[in-house]
Amino acid sequence: MSKMGVTASQTVGPFLSIAMRSEGQEYLVPRNSKNAIKIQGIVYDGEGTPVPDAVIEIWQANINGKYDHPEDTSDNELIEGFSGFGRSCTNNEGQFFFVTQKPGRVNGRGNSLQAPHLAVNILARGMLKQQVTRIYFSDEVQSNAEDPVLNQIDDELERKTLIANFNPNSGLIDEYEFHICLQGENETIFFDV
Amino acid sequence: MTELESYSRESKKDHPPAFYKDYKSTTLRHPKNRAIKIDHTVTEVTGPLFSSVKLESSEGDLSIENGKEAQGQRIFVSGRVLDEGGRPVPNTLIEIWQCNAAGRYLHPNDQHPAPLDPNFVGRGRMISNEKGEYKFTTIKPGAYPWGNHFNAWRPAHIHFSLFGPAFVTRLVTQMYFPDDPLFAFDPIFNSIPSESARKRMISEFDLDTTEPDFALSFKFDFVLRGRQATPFENGA
Ligand SMILES: [Fe+2]
Repeated sequence: MSKMGVTASQTVGPFLSIAMRSEGQEYLVPRNSKNAIKIQGIVYDGEGTPVPDAVIEIWQANINGKYDHPEDTSDNELIEGFSGFGRSCTNNEGQFFFVTQKPGRVNGRGNSLQAPHLAVNILARGMLKQQVTRIYFSDEVQSNAEDPVLNQIDDELERKTLIANFNPNSGLIDEYEFHICLQGENETIFFDV
Repeated sequence: MTELESYSRESKKDHPPAFYKDYKSTTLRHPKNRAIKIDHTVTEVTGPLFSSVKLESSEGDLSIENGKEAQGQRIFVSGRVLDEGGRPVPNTLIEIWQCNAAGRYLHPNDQHPAPLDPNFVGRGRMISNEKGEYKFTTIKPGAYPWGNHFNAWRPAHIHFSLFGPAFVTRLVTQMYFPDDPLFAFDPIFNSIPSESARKRMISEFDLDTTEPDFALSFKFDFVLRGRQATPFENGA
């Protein structure tokens, strides 16, 4: 097969919000829906300064472990109205958030099962291409221990950068904290996909 | 056991590095650790399809706002979304944003002392058709100055965001115009290592699709990542 050259990536630049900010896009489910959770965090640069011009995108399976996509051939059930995509532009304090449901487990390669996770794209001014990471959950100890992707990472501190921490002081809905460090001591683990 | 197909891996020549010295803002915004390579799973080969998103056809025309025409050179930007094998990518969301003809974005942080245009927002969306085709009507964006270095100006460009069929086909890029004298001086354009990959970001003027007495036409095809040949086993 002769291959065509791919189109190169370029930065979203400082004015991404013109196209990428729209009302309600952080809500994959309504706040008052059953099983709603909130994931929130801050994007930091290499000096620990919050990044106010980033956009975080998530892609995830529903609570049954089913992606709304024809290539998910599992028998798990779709949920009407749950697309699995969310987008959050950081505010002036570098904060982003999502209100969603915790995904179920989906298949990994071979006979493996993955722990509940979200796939994440990070784009910002000063980033020429998106970085990709994953969000796992601190209260999924057992399934995290079996996850083939997490198990590629030996260093405990590095693994922790991929795990959203359950906030024991959560209000009406369960809250998780997940910070993204683009560079530095607590640098998030990014994936080459 | 079902089988899924992986996507091809990206070449370092075709995409910019995370750190490009001449683009200063990359300095504190690039990871220093190496990215960990992971196998594609059902997570990576699926992605948002936006099948329930309803778009207005007016979202593909940036040249008119509330029935009033924007200032500047009216243009069409059209072409196809393809994968590396040359196959069309149908029904995929394309988002665009750009500055006005004077080089000013409708954004509170854009302080360039060029006029705003009350009839220009600079935001559009469209879904590619069954053949992967798309066509926007807009006005030609101006060049604009930025603070990267002394006398820095961006070549005229339109920002594009595409999703494709999978999480790994996501692409955010900028489309440029032919013969821009600023290419040689722009670190964002020049961050792409391969010359042919840089050239592929430049649209082509096309007289055939230029509409008499109305608008110039620029053609631009997007090429997203395609499939790798070998399928993998997914689940029991
Ligand atoms: Fe721009």
